Amino acid sequence: MALEAGKQAPDFSLNTTPDQRVSLRDFRGRNVVLAFYPADWSPVCSDQLPIYSELMPEFRKLGAEVLGISVDGVWCHLAFAKHRNLRFPLLSDFEPKGGIARTYDVYRKGEGVSERALFVIDREGMIRWSYVSPIGVNPGADGILEALEGLSQGRKP
Amino acid sequence: MSTLRPTLNAQDHIQGRPDAPIQLVEYGDYECPFCGRAHLIVKAVQRAMGDDLLFAFRNFPLSQVHPHALRAAQAAEAAGLQDRFWPMHDLLFQNQQFLEDGHLLRYAGLIGCDVDQFAQDIDSEEVAEKVRSDFLSGARSGVNGTPTFFINGERYDASWEPDVLLSVLQELRGVRELR
Repeated sequence: MALEAGKQAPDFSLNTTPDQRVSLRDFRGRNVVLAFYPADWSPVCSDQLPIYSELMPEFRKLGAEVLGISVDGVWCHLAFAKHRNLRFPLLSDFEPKGGIARTYDVYRKGEGVSERALFVIDREGMIRWSYVSPIGVNPGADGILEALEGLSQGRKP
Repeated sequence: MSTLRPTLNAQDHIQGRPDAPIQLVEYGDYECPFCGRAHLIVKAVQRAMGDDLLFAFRNFPLSQVHPHALRAAQAAEAAGLQDRFWPMHDLLFQNQQFLEDGHLLRYAGLIGCDVDQFAQDIDSEEVAEKVRSDFLSGARSGVNGTPTFFINGERYDASWEPDVLLSVLQELRGVRELR
C-alpha cells in the first residue's frame, strides 16, 4: 500500500548523474511530482515520461518540479533521458536497490522494480496525492494536474 | 474512467454528420508510427460505419520524441484555416518520413492552399495556441500515449485493431438502435 495523502514524504538523496545528487529537501518551497516507474526503455514508461516532459511549462505554472525515479543505474538513466529528450531529472534508486521505493511502499519484491506510482508532494514536504497504476497502464497526467491545481487553489495568497 | 474534456466543440475538426450516434475522437501525432497505422484503420472504420460515425482529430504532438511532430500539427491547423485540414491530415500521415518545412509547403500547394498565407499561418500564435490547447485537453482527458481514442466521450483502452474497434463501434450502434 503506497504512502497516502497526509503523510510526510520520506526524504531521499539520490544520484541523477554520476556526479550529481538530488534530495527531496532541495525542493522545499516547490511542489514536487515524484513519478516512480518500473524501468527505463520499457514501452509504457517510454510513453509516460515524454508526456510529463511536454507538460513541464504547465507543471511549472503550478509551482511544481517533476522527478522520475526507478531502480536503473545512472548511466542507463543518462542514455534514456537523452534519447527521449526528457526535461526533468531521473533519480537512480539503485543502491540499495529500491531503497526509496520501499520507504514509499511501492517496491515490487518479486520483480525487483518499483510500482508505477505517482506522488504529489507539497511545498512543506507533505504528500497530498498518491496513485498506483496497474503496472502495464500508463496513468497519464490528468490526476497530477488535478492534484496540483487543488494545491494552488487551496493556497493562501 | 477518463473522459473527454472539453467535449466536441466548434474548434474541432470533424468528419461525418454532427448528429451521428457514435463519436470517435483521436489524439494523435503525425510523426508517430502507431498513429500512421491507426490512420488507415480509422479510414476503414469510417467506410464501414458510414453516416453513423463522426470522427474528430486532436493534436497530441510529443515533440521531444518526434522532432517534426509539432511542426506537422501546425501545418494541419494552418491548412485548416483555409478549410483544408483533412487533405493535409491525410498527406501528413501518408508521408510521415517527409515532414520537413519544404515538404509541408509543397503539400500546402498540392492541396490548393494559398501557400504564402499558409507559410504565415504556420508560424502564427493562433495556430500554436490551437495545437497547445489540443495537447492540454488531451493531458486533462487522460491521454497516455498516441494514438488515444475516445468513443462517445470515454477513453477507449482496448485494442484498436480494425476488427476489434469496428465490432465495438457496431455493438454501440446496435445498442442505440435497440433503445
